[in-house]
Amino acid sequence: MAMLEIDDLRVAFPRGKTDEIEALRGVSLRLEKGERLGVVGESGAGKSMLAFAILNLIAEPGRVSHGEVRFEGENLLDLSDRQIRSIRGNRISMIFQDPMVTLNPVLTIGQQMIETLKAHRRISRREAHRLSVEKLKMVAIPSAESRMDAYPHELSGGLRQRVVIAIALLTDPELIIADEPTTALDVTIQAEIMALILKLCRENDVALILITHDLGVVAEVTQKLMIMYAGKCVEAGDTQTIIGNPKHPYTSGLLQALPQKAERGTKLYQIPGSMPPITALPNGCPYHPRCPRATEECRAFMPDMKQGVACYHPLLSAEETV
Amino acid sequence: MINWRTLFKRFMSDPVAVAAGGVLLILVLMAVFAPLLAPQNPYDLMQLDIMDSELPPVWTGDGDPRYLLGTDTQGRGVLSTIMYGTGISLIIGIGAVVVQGILGVTLGLIAGYKGGWIDSFLMRLADIQMSLSTLMIAIIVLALFQAAFDANIYADYAIFMLILIIGMAEWPKFARTVRSSVLGERKKEYVDAARVIGLPPRKVMWGHILPNTLTPVLVISTIQVAEAIMTEAALSFLGLGMPVDRPSLGSLIRSGFEFVFSGQYWITLYPALVLIALVLALNLLGDWLRDVLNPKLRRGDD
Repeated sequence: MAMLEIDDLRVAFPRGKTDEIEALRGVSLRLEKGERLGVVGESGAGKSMLAFAILNLIAEPGRVSHGEVRFEGENLLDLSDRQIRSIRGNRISMIFQDPMVTLNPVLTIGQQMIETLKAHRRISRREAHRLSVEKLKMVAIPSAESRMDAYPHELSGGLRQRVVIAIALLTDPELIIADEPTTALDVTIQAEIMALILKLCRENDVALILITHDLGVVAEVTQKLMIMYAGKCVEAGDTQTIIGNPKHPYTSGLLQALPQKAERGTKLYQIPGSMPPITALPNGCPYHPRCPRATEECRAFMPDMKQGVACYHPLLSAEETV
Repeated sequence: MINWRTLFKRFMSDPVAVAAGGVLLILVLMAVFAPLLAPQNPYDLMQLDIMDSELPPVWTGDGDPRYLLGTDTQGRGVLSTIMYGTGISLIIGIGAVVVQGILGVTLGLIAGYKGGWIDSFLMRLADIQMSLSTLMIAIIVLALFQAAFDANIYADYAIFMLILIIGMAEWPKFARTVRSSVLGERKKEYVDAARVIGLPPRKVMWGHILPNTLTPVLVISTIQVAEAIMTEAALSFLGLGMPVDRPSLGSLIRSGFEFVFSGQYWITLYPALVLIALVLALNLLGDWLRDVLNPKLRRGDD
């Protein structure tokens, strides 16, 4: 049994009185203890939706309409509010995109850390304070002791994200979900923060779900990879295999769009068109309007996942490109 | 962010704020230390002498040096009654705002955070409450209360009744303000983060959202104190507020009102001036706070 098993997870939002729209349309994944998974896709592909669905925190009026999220064999979607709260921030924690807005502006770093600890552990304030400082030191925050009394606005973006990571690590979770943890940071800080997350996950044997749209980062950090498009998983498997030999035309397109792959002086590759909104999905494969390999079959039917790819006409060899 | 030091600097650089703050400080100190400062205890019947009644202020020539601002019909010094009365007015004003604040902030927070039918229900309740005038409700309840109990019981409980009634009647102002701030705050990511940490809704609401909505609450609290004092004064003036032997500024104005046309203007005039000064100072401070705490009106120097 894998640590985290997600089966056919669907999230729906109501449209009008009776109708519903699916924002997440059947995602399945497996994650072993200490394993690192990258989830890649365009904005609006449902990556963050997946993260919130795992913690059963889909905002009203949305709801998980189908599927299971089994964490150590327990379906998180069946738990009571109290039971799921003992898992959130305790055994599964989350790192958000923008550290400028994920820390409460009117509470000190220390208050926010101690509160998190006290929500999950029966420990004294003094002990909580000591543990918090320890974690701040772990994420390499200089003069950690004095930062406990600082307000978020007194710290730089990079330091703030380190604090967010320290909060995520506070309760020694088994799984961390990082939702684009470096997107809002300076490029110079990005690599530092990513290296820190990788190091901490390795040292503490923490599993990681890294949500990003940066395939370069995924290649460095993760062992498994899942490509999402319009609320569905279109390709999944071993990170190195997928990056070396993408099967889905969308994955191949994403890889070609990386600036590193372009030859000097030539125009950068770009996938034509844009992702359809979930309110106006085409019939068949959602990618077909942008896909050079699309046929009648693609326009009529949605392909199932077969051998890690949901495509009727997958690319077969590494040399083949779209 | 604005901290205490810049707030103090801004305060000192605004002459209107300093003047309003000064007036308020003097009035509050005067009220708090009334038992020490007042030349006479107007509650102590032994100190009152009917022969001293209706003396004019000292400077008119006919006055008594013991009574700087003259005396009322029962021989109480107007200055002393103003000192005690300001205290009672302030207690009612602040007490009513505490009641308003507790009710309004709680209901506004719940309405804004929970949303859905709870929000609709609470806000319609607020609409109904707002459409009934505070004075009207207060008049009905106090008149019933006065009719149902005898004068002694009424006198003992009038202050609590006034605080409760003015407090309950005005909660929608706090509730609406807090609700609209909460609607803005709850979409922010730190709220998601707090929920992801595993905090129960109660802690997310009170510990994380509430502290971020307190700025406007602070501003309306100041102005609502002034409003509550005015409401109480109006009720007392109508004879439904504080009894004559425990006078607030409003009942002092009323007690002298019958004598204005026979020349004893001082009984009404001085309490009225103090009431105006108090309410004006509170309103000016409220306006100043609103401007200072509004980032759109912030000046470059901080």
